[in-house]
Amino acid sequence: MIDEKVADSSTAPGGQRPPGARRIQDAVIRFAGNSQDGIQAIGGFLARLAGRTDKDVMTYMTIPATISGGPSIYQVRLGTGEVLSAGDDVDILVTFYQHSYNDHISTLRDGGILIYDSDNVQPDPNQKRYRAIGVPITGQTVEAIGGTAKDKGKNMFVLGLIARMFDLDVPKLETMLQAYYKGKGEDVIRNVIGAFNAGYGYDIGKVTDTFEFVVPSTRVTRKQVVMDGNQAIAYGALAAGIRFGAGYPITPWSSIMEILRAELPKYGGIFMQAEDELAAIAMACGASYSGYLSLTGTSGPGLSLKTEALGWAVMAEMPIVIIDVQRGGPSTGLPTSVEQSDLNIACFGGHGDSPRIVLAPSSVEDCFYITLEAAKLAREYSSPVIILSDQALATRFEAWEMPDLAKLTQDISPDFSARGPNYKPYENAADGIAHHAPPGTPMVDGKYPVVTGLEHDEAGHPASRPANHVMMVAKRRRKLQVLAGRLPKAETYGPAEGNVLLVGWGSSHGPIREAVDKARAAGESVSSLNIRYIQPLQPGIGEIFEGFNHVFVAEINDEGLYGYGQLAALLRARYCTDKIRGINKTDGLPFKVREILNGMNEKLKQSAEPALVSA
Amino acid sequence: MIAEAKDLQAKEIKLTDRPKYTKKDLVADHPTWCPGCGDFSVLSIYFKMMEKLQLPHEKITSIAGIGCSSRFPYFVNAYGVHFLHGRAAPFATGVSMMRPDLHVFVFGGDGDAFSIGGNHLNHASRKNVKMTYVIMDNFVYGLTKKQTSPTSPLGFKSKTDPGGAVDQPINPMKQLIASGATFIARTHSHLPNHVMEMMEKAMAHDGFSVIECLSECTEFYPGAFDAANPRKGGAFNLVPADHSVTDEIAAYKLAMTPFPGYFGVFYQEQRPTKNALEAKLIADSKARAENASPTELLQKTFARLS
Ligand SMILES: Cc1ncc(C[n+]2csc(CCOP(=O)(O)OP(=O)(O)O)c2C)c(N)n1
Ligand code: SF4
Ligand SMILES: [Mg+2]
Repeated sequence: MIDEKVADSSTAPGGQRPPGARRIQDAVIRFAGNSQDGIQAIGGFLARLAGRTDKDVMTYMTIPATISGGPSIYQVRLGTGEVLSAGDDVDILVTFYQHSYNDHISTLRDGGILIYDSDNVQPDPNQKRYRAIGVPITGQTVEAIGGTAKDKGKNMFVLGLIARMFDLDVPKLETMLQAYYKGKGEDVIRNVIGAFNAGYGYDIGKVTDTFEFVVPSTRVTRKQVVMDGNQAIAYGALAAGIRFGAGYPITPWSSIMEILRAELPKYGGIFMQAEDELAAIAMACGASYSGYLSLTGTSGPGLSLKTEALGWAVMAEMPIVIIDVQRGGPSTGLPTSVEQSDLNIACFGGHGDSPRIVLAPSSVEDCFYITLEAAKLAREYSSPVIILSDQALATRFEAWEMPDLAKLTQDISPDFSARGPNYKPYENAADGIAHHAPPGTPMVDGKYPVVTGLEHDEAGHPASRPANHVMMVAKRRRKLQVLAGRLPKAETYGPAEGNVLLVGWGSSHGPIREAVDKARAAGESVSSLNIRYIQPLQPGIGEIFEGFNHVFVAEINDEGLYGYGQLAALLRARYCTDKIRGINKTDGLPFKVREILNGMNEKLKQSAEPALVSA
Repeated sequence: MIAEAKDLQAKEIKLTDRPKYTKKDLVADHPTWCPGCGDFSVLSIYFKMMEKLQLPHEKITSIAGIGCSSRFPYFVNAYGVHFLHGRAAPFATGVSMMRPDLHVFVFGGDGDAFSIGGNHLNHASRKNVKMTYVIMDNFVYGLTKKQTSPTSPLGFKSKTDPGGAVDQPINPMKQLIASGATFIARTHSHLPNHVMEMMEKAMAHDGFSVIECLSECTEFYPGAFDAANPRKGGAFNLVPADHSVTDEIAAYKLAMTPFPGYFGVFYQEQRPTKNALEAKLIADSKARAENASPTELLQKTFARLS
């Protein structure tokens, strides 16, 4: 994002500005080619390097491969400050083919840089909008490593080009390449390094000829870790002490189960690949019943299948963590696109009154911490907890501050100490929380419990008396109301009062905050609120709404039959204010900052108010 | 996990100093089954077996789906679970995998096992998850009051097939052999001694043991198994003494004998259990990771990603 306002309030390193260079805080680089070109690998190495380096270029974010429908693209945002989104417009576009050029040139901002493979691409010779740099990427790669360069080597050549251009830490990068390709044999490593060096040797000038990076005073310099959202959830589960998981493969959830399948045995745990999602959640319920908090996960269609057993877990009050990495729906839908359209099924899916906890992480870092929190809440409230991640979080890399693992790692072994007499797992206590005894626990009065999906009395015994059902339905609801009262008070980003409040959840949080920054920099009264606790909602939200003239809920789902997206509808039902309106979209892509600002202005127009900052 | 389970087993030994329990201690709710229902007999044999084995009381775990037969856990004063229709096997899998100190029993009906839970049964079988699954087969849906079940014979008149069942029924034994279960037996609740013998053998088997127990629904399919009941003039044919239980083809041949067929152990093999395979995976992985603690493991991973 080129943001003169932000840039001007900071100091440039050395205080000197190259003539003609534009001051930026970060650069968005998009690689466009075909999937076999290994474009993801370029992005992956840049991402990892960024987390490891002390240089200015250290924060970044990637966006998923399918973002613009081209055969394959990868976008990296490298910068010096906090990066909140993948960036609306591209500063540097690298195109491998004519079709990549044709498809993506419009995303390149005015004054940006086009790097194209001059062996394959013919750019418009008359344009003056950007700087075009032709590099015979194919020819140079063939020259460096032989072969046809059809499907390998070009990515490493480009990585070398970028490393030179951005003055990246080459020794570190080389170490990473060596480590990554170690298992693939000497020949492969030789070719990788050969292509990389050839690219590095091909001087196309420094990025600083065009852009000057500014270092904001708030810059973080603590040690960082780099991973995608699915990794963060998987490692969060391991840190949380979860030692049993079960799942069935489905994009984009699969990599969580792949990591857990490889990692759990080292921790003394087990991950089962089940025959389907119904079995996966059943296994997880069984393992939780046996005393070990368990996890299952899936995406869209799999969550539909899990709802029957989810209802059992609500009724039996069995703690269990359920991950849903949302993708476009309904049905098989858009398997590799992002959508935030599972909020309703997460909160309300299944038959009967079945309250459960639903959380939504807003960043890769939050994916880690929210999984720890989900495990804690599941146990403390003896309840299923759903984590609503999404495809955008699952597939993007972020650098975030190294967590204090020694402090965070939990050991949650079962409690087999004797219980009773008159053991009542479902006692109708003020907090409504059930307390289970896993099998193996001696009962001092010799009376052993059955856990059931039938309505039951305080001892867990099936009971269909009307008064009992009234009491138990209320008890299961009440415990989440108790939790709501204990949650931290909601806080806005920006002042707690003003004209417009932008509300969002999950992966939209980043672009929403960026929209707030942009609007405020232009002098407008805009704040935002991220809903991390989808169910139950935190205290203080109603009061915050009172302090604003307009509340716009930006979410990647349809506006629905009555004009409101899924979170907006929930908030309207809860807070009964017609201030709440929606900014919705269903294109399967993450929000652009511009889309949020445009959406906001449109809604304001509808209410006959002057538009705020132009997007 | 597995290491902790060993601790549990150690504790268990001390617990056997306790006075022996009797059938009286194992009885919970009075069964809600209809008078004469075949399921009574399975329950009383379960009590008898537990009384004989004296498993620590709190280690007895029975898990069920939904159906008349699946109400079993309520009638046993022990740990029990009444889960979902058809999904007792994967639930029991979760319990069995995490708790090698428990012997997990699953009870359910033919609809539960072969219709809604058919695929789960196949996969628990092939994975050889350690548990004992008793399918109380009455050839009908009892709880929902007489609909056709996957084992209802052709021509059986039910509420969903008033003109008689037309769909080819499942052959439970063939299905179980094909599924890869490592202990497969067939019995008849009218012959308690035989049921007891099969249950004891099943329980002694290290792996997924499954029994099809013909269990008459006196309410909706009376007389269904008379042809297999000597007291009703039927033939209770034991599996021939020369049958080799490790011979899969021979087991199929027994299974293909028309009703009432044979009773006894059709098939048994020793194959590593899923439990043992995962325990080995854990032991090997831990050794390779030099028994690092969870914190150390995570720190190492995060260092690699930093
Ligand atoms: C998902 C679901 N579908 C249907 C039912 C209704 N139902 C309960 S038990 C049952 C069939 C019972 O037959 P079987 O498994 O043979 O057991 P039996 O009662 O004969 O012992 C059905 C259809 C249910 N409980 N859950
Ligand atoms: S309906 Fe049939 S299966 Fe159910 S309890 Fe009665 S006799 Fe037994
Ligand atoms: Mg039946």
